[in-house]
Amino acid sequence: KKTREALNFSVFKGREIDEELFEELEERLILADIGVKTSLQLIDELRKETKKRKLKTSDELLEVLKEKLKNLLSNYAGELRTENSPSVILVLGVNGVGKTTTIGKLAKQLKDKGKSVLLAAADTFRAAAIEQLEVWAERADVRIVKGSEGADPASVVFDAVQSLKARGEDILIVDTAGRLHNKDRLMKEIKKIKKVISREIPGEPSEILLVLDANTGQNAISQAKAFKEITDVTGIVLTKLDGTAKGGIVVAIASELKIPIKYIGIGEKIEDLRPFNPEEFVEELFS
Amino acid sequence: MFDALAEKIQSAIGKIAKKGRIDEETLNKGLREIKLALLEADVNYKVVSDFIKDIKEKALGAKVTKGVTAVQQLVKIVHDELVKTLGEKAEPLNLKSKPSVILLIGLQGSGKTTTSAKLAKLLKKQGKKVLLTSVDIYRPAAMLQLKKLGEQISVPVFLEENEKDAAKIAEDALKKAKKEGYDVLIVDTAGRLHIDEEMLKEAKEIKERIHPDEVLFVSDAMTGQEAVNIAKAFDENVGMTGIVLTKLDSDARGGVALSVKGVTGKPIKFAGVGEKIDDFEPFYPDRVASRILGMGDVVSLVEKA
Ligand SMILES: Nc1nc2c(ncn2[C@@H]2O[C@H](COP(=O)(O)OP(=O)(O)OP(=O)(O)O)[C@@H](O)[C@H]2O)c(=O)[nH]1
Ligand SMILES: Nc1nc2c(ncn2[C@@H]2O[C@H](COP(=O)(O)OP(=O)(O)OP(=O)(O)O)[C@@H](O)[C@H]2O)c(=O)[nH]1
Ligand SMILES: [Mg+2]
Ligand SMILES: [Mg+2]
Repeated sequence: KKTREALNFSVFKGREIDEELFEELEERLILADIGVKTSLQLIDELRKETKKRKLKTSDELLEVLKEKLKNLLSNYAGELRTENSPSVILVLGVNGVGKTTTIGKLAKQLKDKGKSVLLAAADTFRAAAIEQLEVWAERADVRIVKGSEGADPASVVFDAVQSLKARGEDILIVDTAGRLHNKDRLMKEIKKIKKVISREIPGEPSEILLVLDANTGQNAISQAKAFKEITDVTGIVLTKLDGTAKGGIVVAIASELKIPIKYIGIGEKIEDLRPFNPEEFVEELFS
Repeated sequence: MFDALAEKIQSAIGKIAKKGRIDEETLNKGLREIKLALLEADVNYKVVSDFIKDIKEKALGAKVTKGVTAVQQLVKIVHDELVKTLGEKAEPLNLKSKPSVILLIGLQGSGKTTTSAKLAKLLKKQGKKVLLTSVDIYRPAAMLQLKKLGEQISVPVFLEENEKDAAKIAEDALKKAKKEGYDVLIVDTAGRLHIDEEMLKEAKEIKERIHPDEVLFVSDAMTGQEAVNIAKAFDENVGMTGIVLTKLDSDARGGVALSVKGVTGKPIKFAGVGEKIDDFEPFYPDRVASRILGMGDVVSLVEKA
């Protein structure tokens, strides 16, 4: 059904290493949204490696680049920490990136692993956000705690935590409203939500996931910086990788901000969530 | 007075820039900084390359206005060229039929449903009788979302929640709009990927069944390099008459504007500048041009000189 438009990396096969090759590679990295700064840096390092290791062909050079990226990313790939019971996962991100959908998918996976999962509908702002999460709760067959539209999100979270503790359930996943990272008032709300959680369950949330849309360009760095500044982001979920966007911005984020990448979203269905695999991701970047 | 870009160019060029004309050496050094600035603003790589080529031809030998430096002059040339590419001024909606139909299309989460409500409110304020409909039969609570937004602005929303044929809902909505004397019907669609052939076919089918006056492609201002492929695929497979750029209230530089406009040639008509229904305005090319270049005062400085 879908025809993935290949970036056609085969044009780099069997060539000599020259200035033109470096330029084309640089273009390719930028086109994958790896970011100008990080791309220039990578190309710089490749130039040095070429000299040092006396590389001759483009194939050798490509392998070095791939290794570099794989190493970089594998340092920042991580699993979800949900050993604590109860544990709380707080999900954050700008508008429309896929937070609610990701929560539905994640709830299902955790439930299938035998955990009891509760969802908190703390997006009380966007029209029908609560009902959207309700549908996902039904699909994943997990419980949901909700407030009324316009209610204080922190109070919904408080209620959810009480409910979680009362029932002795394992994991609470908190859905929050989309918020732009440059809006102070909305960003501060996150602190309040987090405070409620850690006051009621010391040591939690054990995961604060930042959801990023793979279609996003350089702005994703600004997003990651701002969210990291306001709270301890523990991992990234990169959504919408089923499109043609390469999501290369996570390379820049891993190298600049050192935030681990935990999951990728590859569709709108409940099963379309995978653990992040650096090897595969890099191969995809170059497919 | 100097902003970041002009400063960068200045330091790249050094003292050469004192001359009265923009010579090739000045230009090449300056253009490299401009190229990087555009790439950092997420303008597509290929679009940047073409753009820089054009600029070079225009700028070479250009006379420098008295009272400004060659750097400022160069930035001004680039800015003006950006504005020109972006379309000089905001183009209004072109609504001719009665009822007129507006169809919104785009990727998942780009802001179609929100924009539908924003447009409805805008047109209502202009005295038009507006009907909203959603043909999103996929996303959980998508129809309810539009229904609630409609209630907020007191615009009726036509829904067929159990219908499984999106084009049929659109057609039924149009029938209602005709029968009840509405001026405008706004059709919100499901988010779809530009490589999902079946979903593109569905959009095309909806379009063919209701003959919209405007097909607006809704694009997120934070989009990166893929924007050109996305816009191109929607334009070729569904067709569009205009573009809406959403989430311009973010700190994204918005290079996507140049990419999308460049690749489709279609006018950018509106900008979404917030989550609230009133956060909506005509698209101002000059503002976005300055934003892409990450600059403020240079242009007005050159204009005043
Ligand atoms: N193709 C694709 N679509 C996705 C993916 N994840 C989410 N979506 C879609 O993206 C759109 C937005 O998803 P939501 O889960 O509502 O995003 P959100 O971040 O909760 O949005 P807000 O709450 O409005 O900020 C929906 O149409 C989803 O179906 C993915 O991995 N691939
Ligand atoms: N900050 C900001 N948020 C916006 C803007 N336009 C839309 N949004 C938000 O972006 C998110 C997605 O908007 P929707 O209107 O649901 O997007 P959609 O294209 O209909 O999404 P799907 O139907 O899932 O494809 C919501 O959280 C909106 O509130 C805007 O101009 N600025
Ligand atoms: Mg949501
Ligand atoms: Mg929608």
